Amino acid sequence: MPRNRGRRMSVWPRGSERLRALALGLALGAALPAGAEAPQRVVSMNLCTDQLALMLAAPGQVISVTWLAHREDLSPMVEAARGLPSNRGTAEDVAMLQPDLVLAGRFTTVATVEMLTRLGIPVVRFQPENSLDDVEASIARMGAVLGREAEAAARIQAFRRDRAALAAHIAPLPPERAALYSARGFTSGPASLAGDILRAAGLANIAEELGIGRGGLLALEALILADPDRLVLGRRHPGRSEAQALLDHPVLGAMPAHARGTPMADRDWICGTPHVLAAVIALIAAREDGA
Amino acid sequence: MTGRLALTLGAAVAALFLASLLVGPAGVPATLALRALVVADDPLLALVMREVRLPRAVLALVIGAGLGLAGAAMQGYLRNPLAEPGLLGVSGAAALGAVITLQTGLAVLVPGLLPFAALAAALAAVGLLAMLAGPRGGSLTLILAGIGVSALCGAGVTLVLNLSPDPFAANEALFWLMGSLADRSWSHVAIAAPVILAGIALLLTQARGFAALTLGEDAAASLGVDLTRLRLAVMLGVAAIVGASTAVAGAIGFVGLVVPHILRRFVRASPAALLAASALGGAAMVLAADIAVRLVLPGRDLRLGVLLAIVGAPFFLHLILRQRLAAQ
Repeated sequence: MPRNRGRRMSVWPRGSERLRALALGLALGAALPAGAEAPQRVVSMNLCTDQLALMLAAPGQVISVTWLAHREDLSPMVEAARGLPSNRGTAEDVAMLQPDLVLAGRFTTVATVEMLTRLGIPVVRFQPENSLDDVEASIARMGAVLGREAEAAARIQAFRRDRAALAAHIAPLPPERAALYSARGFTSGPASLAGDILRAAGLANIAEELGIGRGGLLALEALILADPDRLVLGRRHPGRSEAQALLDHPVLGAMPAHARGTPMADRDWICGTPHVLAAVIALIAAREDGA
Repeated sequence: MTGRLALTLGAAVAALFLASLLVGPAGVPATLALRALVVADDPLLALVMREVRLPRAVLALVIGAGLGLAGAAMQGYLRNPLAEPGLLGVSGAAALGAVITLQTGLAVLVPGLLPFAALAAALAAVGLLAMLAGPRGGSLTLILAGIGVSALCGAGVTLVLNLSPDPFAANEALFWLMGSLADRSWSHVAIAAPVILAGIALLLTQARGFAALTLGEDAAASLGVDLTRLRLAVMLGVAAIVGASTAVAGAIGFVGLVVPHILRRFVRASPAALLAASALGGAAMVLAADIAVRLVLPGRDLRLGVLLAIVGAPFFLHLILRQRLAAQ
């Protein structure tokens, strides 16, 4: 897949000036002063709430984010997180920072959250987003929690505008079927955020044909016989595991769809933030490029 | 090996090999599936058959034959019916060698190193066992030495995987200690098969030595058997088979224990015949187990080693009981 390898360096192939302008627009956002009642020492202990909070908070309002928010491969907001102390999401870690609000994910350990509540620290938990509409809901909720409603409304408006622009972009593209395939053979279905990213790029998801709703393991044989037009392969983490070695199986390289594969950049796919549109743009750019 | 036994085992292996090609998550009619092996009318089905199912079946065949033979050889050499590479930690050591080679990146840096690193680790374990229990050592010493080596290697595998920056690696101790043939490719066959076949050849040529050894070491020596050479050949052969198998499919236990025991009564205790029969029997057992993991819990990635242990461990306990009763 020599063609593909070259593309991996840049999301931006030739002739996507409009897309590029759109992507730059995503990064803009002016800070507004916080309301009087708003929390002043916010600690986030989940990679995804890290990003939503950094996006909306007033300067200095967020005092700590997770250590993952400082990893360039996982977070698109490393720049905003720079200089902020990181926590590893343990109760001790978080309590020491004396927060007046803790942001957690749905799957943050129950024991940790219970302990923080016992210590009298308010904890707000966020559900993982399973669609682009969920992203809007999360932005609105984060805005309310941080007392930054105006900022959130502006973000949502920009997000909607960008989605509409992308929808117009994909209208003339021919229909295509894509397969999401990650370590261990995991694939995401239509009822997941990754599935909605595919949809926003105008791609049909083979998981839907196979009856996979949110996500599940897809046998290599079933993937091959489903014959997708495009393979969206999970990005490789550093290190080595049998789970990831599956993505090096020679049979994937022999699939017709492999030449038209697009790697999944984790940072744009895992969290429900406006940055998911970067993943949509990468997919559309690959399609428009004829790859 | 009597002609009838060879024929029966051979037919079973052939039938199971065929069945292994026909079982998979993608339900494909048998005739279409087999046709796709030869003619690529349907290029996708041909991919599935040639690149997914065939290498898996070939690997099951080669690894099974090797492990059955390795078990028979270890039992013959140590003259102990409880000797088996998986139980004694030889497979665990091979897994540790493989995991270290993979996680340090040496396997990518030096192509072809992987099976030999696992072989070296397996050889070290066999040597350690021979040193601890001695060729005349009783069952108890041997098994206890095996428990020690197993525990150490299991911990080592888990530690190395925990240190990996790969978030998936930490959960893969199960693969390395319980074995699996799922989604193995021709590249795995290319890595392991030559080394396993060399080990099989080496062990099969020692048949005369094993036959003489049944009379005791002194008698064997007086018959002109070079005991040092025999020991070296057995250790190297077992390490090659177990090392290369484990490097691509994880530790697969109990094959070498169960198969020689079932077949011993059919070969009238002839060690030479037992070696060949165990190779065929081992191939049949691993092929059958690998078919079963796909049928019992389809899509759930049931581990080969789990199934073999469920069958093999009660068998092992039964053997211990029989040894105790015989001693009384």
